[in-house]
Amino acid sequence: MNHSGHVEYTATGMPNRKLAIWLFLASECMFFGALIATYLIYQGQSLVGPYPEDLFDIPLTTVSTFILLMSSLAMVLAVAAAQKEDLKQTRLWLAVTALMGLTFLGFQAYEYNHFIHAGLTLSVNLFGSTFYVMTGFHGAHVAIGVIWLSSLFAHTFRPVDPKRRALDIEIAGLYWHFVDIVWIVIFTVVYLLGVGG
Amino acid sequence: MAQHKASESPHVSTSTYLKVGLVLAVLTALEVAVVYVESLKGIVAFLLLLIGILKFALVAMYFMHLKFDTPVYSRFFMVGLVLALACMLAVMAIMHSDRAATLLLSS
Amino acid sequence: MATVQESFPTQRAAILPRPKSTTGFWSWVTTVDHKRIGIMYAVTAIFFFLVGGIEALIIRLQLFSPDMNVVSADVFNQLFTMHGTTMVFLAVMPLSAAFFNYLLPLMLGARDVAFPRLNAFSYWLFLFGGIFINTGWFVNAAPAVGWFGYANLTSPAYTPGLATDFWNIGLQILGIGTLVSAFNFIVTIINMRAPGMTLMKMPVFAWTTLVTSFLIIFAFPSVTVGMILLTFDRLFNANFFEVAANADVVLWQHLFWIFGHPEVYILILPAMGIVSEVLPTFARKPLFGYSVMVFSTILIGFLGFAVWSHHMFTVGMGPVVNSIFSLATMAIAIPTGVKIFNWISTLWGGSIRFKAPLLFALGFVWMFMIGGLSGVMHSSAPSNAQQQDTYFVVAHFHYVLIGGAIFALFAGLYYWFPKVTGRLMNEKIGVVNFVLMFIGFNVTFFPMHFLGLMGMPRRIYTYDPALGLQFWNQVSTIGSFILAAGVAVYLYNLAVSLKKGELAGEDPWDARTLEWMLPNPPPVYNFARIPVVSARDEFWARKYEGAPAKEVAAGSEDEEDGIHLPGNSYFPIIMAGMITLFGYGLLYSGALAVAAIILTILSAMGWAFEGVGGTIIYPKGDAE
Repeated sequence: MNHSGHVEYTATGMPNRKLAIWLFLASECMFFGALIATYLIYQGQSLVGPYPEDLFDIPLTTVSTFILLMSSLAMVLAVAAAQKEDLKQTRLWLAVTALMGLTFLGFQAYEYNHFIHAGLTLSVNLFGSTFYVMTGFHGAHVAIGVIWLSSLFAHTFRPVDPKRRALDIEIAGLYWHFVDIVWIVIFTVVYLLGVGG
Repeated sequence: MAQHKASESPHVSTSTYLKVGLVLAVLTALEVAVVYVESLKGIVAFLLLLIGILKFALVAMYFMHLKFDTPVYSRFFMVGLVLALACMLAVMAIMHSDRAATLLLSS
Repeated sequence: MATVQESFPTQRAAILPRPKSTTGFWSWVTTVDHKRIGIMYAVTAIFFFLVGGIEALIIRLQLFSPDMNVVSADVFNQLFTMHGTTMVFLAVMPLSAAFFNYLLPLMLGARDVAFPRLNAFSYWLFLFGGIFINTGWFVNAAPAVGWFGYANLTSPAYTPGLATDFWNIGLQILGIGTLVSAFNFIVTIINMRAPGMTLMKMPVFAWTTLVTSFLIIFAFPSVTVGMILLTFDRLFNANFFEVAANADVVLWQHLFWIFGHPEVYILILPAMGIVSEVLPTFARKPLFGYSVMVFSTILIGFLGFAVWSHHMFTVGMGPVVNSIFSLATMAIAIPTGVKIFNWISTLWGGSIRFKAPLLFALGFVWMFMIGGLSGVMHSSAPSNAQQQDTYFVVAHFHYVLIGGAIFALFAGLYYWFPKVTGRLMNEKIGVVNFVLMFIGFNVTFFPMHFLGLMGMPRRIYTYDPALGLQFWNQVSTIGSFILAAGVAVYLYNLAVSLKKGELAGEDPWDARTLEWMLPNPPPVYNFARIPVVSARDEFWARKYEGAPAKEVAAGSEDEEDGIHLPGNSYFPIIMAGMITLFGYGLLYSGALAVAAIILTILSAMGWAFEGVGGTIIYPKGDAE
């Protein structure tokens, strides 16, 4: 039965869904590219404060960046476990990844809260508009990833063909790593270059 | 036979993943340290971008398996990445952003 | 049609029961069959084409002579905004999508597209997005900012009320659907080809669809970001396009045209694909220069991303930037010109049959060439400065979009009508249809070249009698009604031929590609056994060149004869509905928006847990 269990036959041998997620990520490059470019174009153009150098807390953001980066490691371990059909390890690393994603979101919530109290709202200046919308859309991607990983975690308690499960998790993993990559860019270009460059 | 290769997910050893994870952690530490070193002020943008690109490449090649998978995925992803970079850098340059000049010069 | 059916084991518990009906209203609402979805795309797109056409006729009436009062200046603004938006996003693009949907799997020898439920999802987002944008007409808030919605006319200060939001959010809803269908078609073309069909053996229509889909996935995110920024400006008081906060409104123009120029090729490439199928069939010759055609299509796709600023020559980007974009724009004329020569060479020496599809295709080649030439005229920045925002530009892009895209789409409508319905369109009425549209189109739009060079600006609701613009405006308005009569004749032909059209039988055009190997209309499962492809024009090669008629089982290369039909599903329409509800929630009620987000996530989960499902069908004895 090629339909229920194994990965379907395709002309190239590439699974349909894996090809689709890669195309989606290629398209997302343009999406985040435009958001980051908007931030950079308006950098230093705000007429009133607060300004990035007043607010950015590099040590704090370094911690959250580090957590997201390491969640990618956990994710890849989950994928490897699923490919080895090791259900226990799969569950463990899926849960760790999702929790690290949640922790990152917690940091982001703390940061937003702190910034708002320091007077940076969406409407106060260009920095506020560009910063919240760019990081907000990244955060939304992380949140969707957490929901996705949690569903996959719940799904491990159902009987599913292991090859199919491995593909499910691999695809979610590709998305997760991409979200991590975007943060690597934002952390470097927006945070570090913003205060140091 | 090429068809067979594409459908199989590449198997990479756990120790490779751990090593890459370690390198990523070290690079992040290095990145932050660079910002605080006074004597590097002149080339800090260059160093940050270099490390950023390195991190990006490591995640894409090892964690996302682009190094081991069929090159088709890499090609599609690179088209998106290069188009996005080209278009957005052009917009920044056209709109006379100071940032664009820095980015262009240092990369 | 003796078929044996067996239920397909559903592996997961479902939230909603699986829809069972195969006929009637609900079977269409829940369908995932690419052929039905294609028909729904076509019907909806033709409906919106008529809406956009009526808007255009009112515009022409208002401009018939100086100081007319058919509509007020405000309504005039709404009309040209909605005319442009409707024609681009709700008529031409979805009509192309109708052809992608119906034909691609048949041309590629596939059972369906790669993701049948996502395909239905795209359609429903198109329909709901179209309704969303047009909601403005019913609540007295139709958008009036032009189809390009330049900042900061779109700021709350200059267009208060909901009109601009209907346009802005509606386009984002449509954008999601378009993106999803583009991913779907790329995967379908790359992964679902019949055995033996290498990329360079695909029909050119599949190639143009592939390149179009790539343009969509790389171009749409840019305008999506622009519209998201605008949404935050309008609904949450952000500053992206607020000059008072030191924002630069030109940013919108860049984000819009990085999408907007590829969009031009998104509209025209499918049309070029259709013409590249119609011409060889009716010239009874293979397409001239297939590989050059493919290469020039790809080249046009790439160059399409390097020319967006030619829409902004008068913005003040400076001579260096203007020169670069001038040169890049002129370069596009090369691959486009190559295509024109290829089409002409395809006809050369062929035994040509002048049927209605060919007439439209020939009209396309000629009219598109005129539009292309005036395009080269304003690729030069200095002459562009003279033509910018005049009727010369209106003439140019209507030559490309009506003389180009619409004529080619009509060629496709006539050519594949027997494929879809099993009947031929009436040929005599078809010729009348073509002649009226051809004359009407040229009488409407050729004078606009003169009007533009005489200095008549676009988007003015009336003009002074002393300007001397009246004569050509009157000619143009008369032409627009001839064009409309042509479209009416098409609708009449459609009605007549659906009921009483001559039965097409099999292969009525003596065609060349795989879709014509199937009965008209094709069975729900498409190919009972998948053909093994050995030639570029496989069907032709089998008929006349002795190519082997090999085939394999449809299920997969090595397995049983059963064909898996994916199950119908409620989730595509539900999820599209929830996303649309979120759009209304943003405008009317925060609580509704939040509820819609939660429901969207829930329906996504329901979708995932429902699985593909479906039945396995065993076609007996009606294989070719």
